[in-house]
Amino acid sequence: MSKIEIKNVYKIFGDQPSKVLPMVQNGETKEEILEKTGHTVGLDNVSISIEEGETFVCMGLSGSGKSTLIRHINRLIDPTSGDIMVEGTNVVDLDQKQLIEFRRHKMSMVFQRFGLFPHKTVMENVGYGLEVQGQKPEERNKVAMEKIDSVGLTGFEHQYPNQLSGGMQQRVGLARALATNTDIMLMDEAFSALDPLIRSDMQKQLMDLQSELKKTIVFITHDLDESLKLGDHIGILNHGKLVQVGTPIDIIMKPADDYVAAFVRDVNRAKVIKAKIIMIPVNSSDGIDKSNLVKVHEDQFIDEFLPKVVCSNANCEVVDKEGNTKGYLTEKELSKALTKEHMANAVKSVQ
Amino acid sequence: MKKYKIYLKSFIYSVICIFVIIISYRSARPRYKPEHYTDIFKDFSWLVDWPKWLDFPLMQPLNSGFDWLIVNYGMFFEGINNFLLGLYTTMRNSIVDLPWPIVIAIVILITYFASGRKTQTTVLVAFCTFFLGFLSPRYWDKCIMTTCIVVIGMLLCIVIGIPMGIAMARNKKVRNALLPILDLMQTIPSFCYLIPGILLFGLGAVPAIIAIFVYAVPPLIRLTDLGIRLVDKEVIEASEAFGASKKQTLWGVQIPLALPNIMQGINQCTMMSLAMVVIASMIGTRGIGDEVLLGLQQLNVGMATEAGIAIVLLAIIFDRITQSYGEKIQERTQPKKELKL
Repeated sequence: MSKIEIKNVYKIFGDQPSKVLPMVQNGETKEEILEKTGHTVGLDNVSISIEEGETFVCMGLSGSGKSTLIRHINRLIDPTSGDIMVEGTNVVDLDQKQLIEFRRHKMSMVFQRFGLFPHKTVMENVGYGLEVQGQKPEERNKVAMEKIDSVGLTGFEHQYPNQLSGGMQQRVGLARALATNTDIMLMDEAFSALDPLIRSDMQKQLMDLQSELKKTIVFITHDLDESLKLGDHIGILNHGKLVQVGTPIDIIMKPADDYVAAFVRDVNRAKVIKAKIIMIPVNSSDGIDKSNLVKVHEDQFIDEFLPKVVCSNANCEVVDKEGNTKGYLTEKELSKALTKEHMANAVKSVQ
Repeated sequence: MKKYKIYLKSFIYSVICIFVIIISYRSARPRYKPEHYTDIFKDFSWLVDWPKWLDFPLMQPLNSGFDWLIVNYGMFFEGINNFLLGLYTTMRNSIVDLPWPIVIAIVILITYFASGRKTQTTVLVAFCTFFLGFLSPRYWDKCIMTTCIVVIGMLLCIVIGIPMGIAMARNKKVRNALLPILDLMQTIPSFCYLIPGILLFGLGAVPAIIAIFVYAVPPLIRLTDLGIRLVDKEVIEASEAFGASKKQTLWGVQIPLALPNIMQGINQCTMMSLAMVVIASMIGTRGIGDEVLLGLQQLNVGMATEAGIAIVLLAIIFDRITQSYGEKIQERTQPKKELKL
């Protein structure tokens, strides 16, 4: 069973959402409904299932309903209709008390503008989730210190949030989310407010933490590069509708419609495609010049090894973690992969 | 949907209007009325001046209502009166009995710790306190009386006003119900409630305290409400997302972050209390205000000015203490940006 299952969720903002719901279900567009009733459609029949331990990235432009969607998972926003199952419990059915317990122990959240408490020190901020659970100060400070360590903020624990830079503040946000040790982490445009250098730094930190902790992460972003980098699966939202769900490669190779195609048009393929996607398997590698080989890990992205290949004018040997040869790459595959028109065929032939 | 509501409202207003006209007509004295009501539609001379038969009888029911209140709930008001008066007399007597240097020392200590050990503020307040006695020896005791009234009025405002402000910020219905009442409290001339105050509580300090409450509590309620509503939405969301109950969010996040605004409200409240206490001297409240009144009555400009200066000094003392305490809190909740690397 999936960790999180969102089933046919509709969200309509306005005075009488339940009256407008049938109109949305009958397929009237957002604009028509806004004009006729003054109601805004936030989410239109969204169904997603998110597996345990994966990073699911939800992407879309602003106003596409992605922040609304993530707030449904911990019910900061109530859906107009639909079910949200987390580990088999329907979040929609929880009463106030159960909901508080659920939020305390099942999931934590990281916010776009950090959402830190300005009147609390870094340590008090990180320990807040434990504080509301009723833990004693000594216990929660111990856990908080651990988490502050793990995000690399040791020495700042008695500072106040606005004494820190943006990147550091978001680390506090991340540490606060980690402190409650929940299985699920919701990240609402967590890195969007940071400048590019710090952002990629934070992305790396998140990936490192994730490879260790194996949490289920729901990540919201409007940045395609970020979603391709972090996501095991990506869902693309447009005007409250889920347009496409798939792996990063799926999204780039087979965009479901013009909207997605426009999104992925300018993406840097070398940064997204891994060696194993385009390699020629060992068993059909006859005829490849194996005299001059560069070793490449199967999960490496093209742009990580491309300069090496070009400089040495060599072919690549693709290996897995244990060092077993999985396949080969020549200039031909690389050039195909990086040329837009050939791309779809290249992938098809590999699969 | 909305149009229908507008029609309904206009309909209700017109019904009320007709109802009021009928009541006014029926309760008007016969000599003001035309012989038969159909005459109104024959002779239109009543359109020139406001007709005497169109006079809504609000005065009598209010008076009888007030009498009924005194007769039936007199005990209740007496209870309030005794409580406040007891509080006031104990407080006044204990301070008046203290030697004046000790009073000044206490004021200095309060200022020093409330302002977070700021010498500048402390010196200013000490100077003002000292100068009160200098102005005229009579002023010392009178200023203490005024201070006691203001402090009790303020406490009443804080005890009632802040919870009301919180309720207002959390519930839209409460806000909609309270806002017109606050408007009323702020606009209705103070004499309109000073006089019923005398009837209910007698002459002296208690009606002044009640008047202070009516006059000074609206800004405190408004600023508390505003302060809580201005707390960043994302911060509240963060608190909720980690499973804080409403109570935990209120006490742990909303109130601490609203404190600078609430302190500003308390400061406003103090200033308005002082203004009111002077007006209250006209209903026989003892204090520095009656010196102003005396000066006015005797056309003694010097006397009124002297008392006026005393009131200003008193205001400075109150303002500095509450203001600097507010600043101290603000520094704690929103520390200045200084990056230590």
